[in-house]
Amino acid sequence: MWEYTKKLKDLFLHPKNVGEIENPDAVGEVGSIICGDALRLTLKVDKETGRIIDAKFQTFGCASAIASSSALTEMIKGRTLDEAIEVTNQDIAEYLGGLPKEKMHCSVMGREALEAAIADYKGEIIPPEEKEKLVCQCFEVTEEKIRRVAIENHLTTVEEITDYTKAGGGCGSCIPRIEEILKDIWHIKMPEMPAVKKKLTNLQKIALIQDVIEKEIRPRLQADGGDIELIDIDGNKVTVAMRAMCVGCPMGGVTMSNIQEKLKELVDENIVVETE
Amino acid sequence: MKPIYFDNNATTPVAPEVLEEMLPYFSEFYGNPSSMHTFGGQLHRKIEEARAKVAGLIGAEPEEIIFTSCGTESDNTALMSAVESYPQKRHVITTRVEHPAVLNFCKHLSRKGYRITFIPVDNSGRLDMDAFLKAIDDDTAVVSVMYANNETGVIFPITAIGGMLRERNILFHTDAVQVAGKIPINVKDLPVDMFSISGHKLHAPKGIGALYVRKGTRFYPYIIGGHQERGRRAGTENTASIIALGKSCESAKEHLDKEADYLKRLRDRLEGALLKSCPDAQVNGDTENRLPNTTNISFNYVEGEAILLRLDEYGICASSGSACSSGSLEPSHVLRAMGIPYTAIHGSIRFSLSRYNTEGEVDKVIEMMPPIIKELRTLSPYGKEESRKC
Ligand code: FES
Repeated sequence: MWEYTKKLKDLFLHPKNVGEIENPDAVGEVGSIICGDALRLTLKVDKETGRIIDAKFQTFGCASAIASSSALTEMIKGRTLDEAIEVTNQDIAEYLGGLPKEKMHCSVMGREALEAAIADYKGEIIPPEEKEKLVCQCFEVTEEKIRRVAIENHLTTVEEITDYTKAGGGCGSCIPRIEEILKDIWHIKMPEMPAVKKKLTNLQKIALIQDVIEKEIRPRLQADGGDIELIDIDGNKVTVAMRAMCVGCPMGGVTMSNIQEKLKELVDENIVVETE
Repeated sequence: MKPIYFDNNATTPVAPEVLEEMLPYFSEFYGNPSSMHTFGGQLHRKIEEARAKVAGLIGAEPEEIIFTSCGTESDNTALMSAVESYPQKRHVITTRVEHPAVLNFCKHLSRKGYRITFIPVDNSGRLDMDAFLKAIDDDTAVVSVMYANNETGVIFPITAIGGMLRERNILFHTDAVQVAGKIPINVKDLPVDMFSISGHKLHAPKGIGALYVRKGTRFYPYIIGGHQERGRRAGTENTASIIALGKSCESAKEHLDKEADYLKRLRDRLEGALLKSCPDAQVNGDTENRLPNTTNISFNYVEGEAILLRLDEYGICASSGSACSSGSLEPSHVLRAMGIPYTAIHGSIRFSLSRYNTEGEVDKVIEMMPPIIKELRTLSPYGKEESRKC
């Protein structure tokens, strides 16, 4: 049984804005009955101001899909289209007081319906998802969607991708491809990580630094015959020792600044790395 | 609120007389049945009495019964024993609609290099007997076919299958956790070699099961250690639960005929009324050969978890084959194997009854279900036409 919040249950049992607007100005349809959830969003938009006067939904899906859809309509009513597009799937989840992580894909569906409706209003045609571009055949998920959701929600594991998009949750044959995509996003395009970092306690910070060194830095150095050892962490000062090939390596300075950059990105802006 | 419990294929309440019988063995009689002193040793006799009662339910000899910790252990033990006993044979046959206890064990064997044939079913959930016959060969170590399916209640032709296997000297195991205590069974007339029972499906507690192993069947233990269960299942006996299982088998046997009629009557009334009051609903599975207590109904165009949570508001407990309620993202493997359309699988609800259900409870479901379906259909983008009729 899922742990649903009271707010979510309320919206599921007494959903707001159910139905279909007659002569809607915008329609957004996502999902399919095969995948187990589908959402049809219809909007009435004031032509002058670009404000959403009314929003209604019809959803086939579980309790959290229904509640997410209802939440979405509540959140966007009265906003202009430009304001509405700012609503993220995280916002929808927060509105509901949180979603079980396995159900995050319901909030993503809400966000997608909104995008589709706004594109429809602007007369943009979203090309139908081409079969060959699908990463996950079971749930018809494209690479683009995986990338976008991963970046927006800072997802780093296949499991999280499955929770948010369902991709990988069926036959599992697409998992290697999802892994590749994740590697590609987080190893090559680090700057795309969300700028907001959570405030860490000292212990969390130490754990995170150790983690980054173990998982991100050491494997690369080791690949080049080098190694690194963490000696001490004092506030934002991280002391390391270079080992093997790295010792006295003329490129040492570059490596050090790389390590510092990495830790700055992933842990804290103010980190300085020093050698022993 | 006392639940209105229609999920008895998932688990059943412990019968009051069973609970009463087992309680002293948690407190007063805590001894170890293997001990030499009377205090512990006397429990050995109690366990043997329970064994005789379990055997009695299915017409077995007491020494053909091994106590295990659950249905899953019984299933795993049977399959492991079969492949260990015939190491030169590298092929196992089962069905696509087994319980995970068998299905995933077979997948595990497949990773170990075994060839596994998963026999398909038709859209009423009936086994493809041609495919089955074709699959049998000299390399087949064991065939495992459930007696009745937990999701649809469809009963498989165990006698016919066993007959074919016996001619060819191939071991036959059946996962009978859903039938033991629900329909009369006599293993003397049933060509099976191993037969799994689960306590909590027939009003004994969770954490106890049994495996019937026909006399003369090669056997290899799965849990290895002490001499308990004559060396066939090590580990200090779960005395209280073994005694409980004995008692529950005894009362199941006593009530079997009357109970089956009662369950069938309630089930049929529930099923008939729901099909009538909710348009676009149909029963999944062969209604001719079906457990008396189970019905699996698809309410098209609505999603099962949503139905369950609405029912939950009235304290009504049932289950669904939809993806969202399974905890995975894929809907029921059983209904998919049957080729049921996704529109129907996602809206499938299983009601499974027990002797403790009443007419009044059935009435309550009959009353609550149509408005729930109707409302969820107005919510659904697929439900337009249907909702007006409901
Ligand atoms: S292709 Fe992605 S789970 Fe099957």
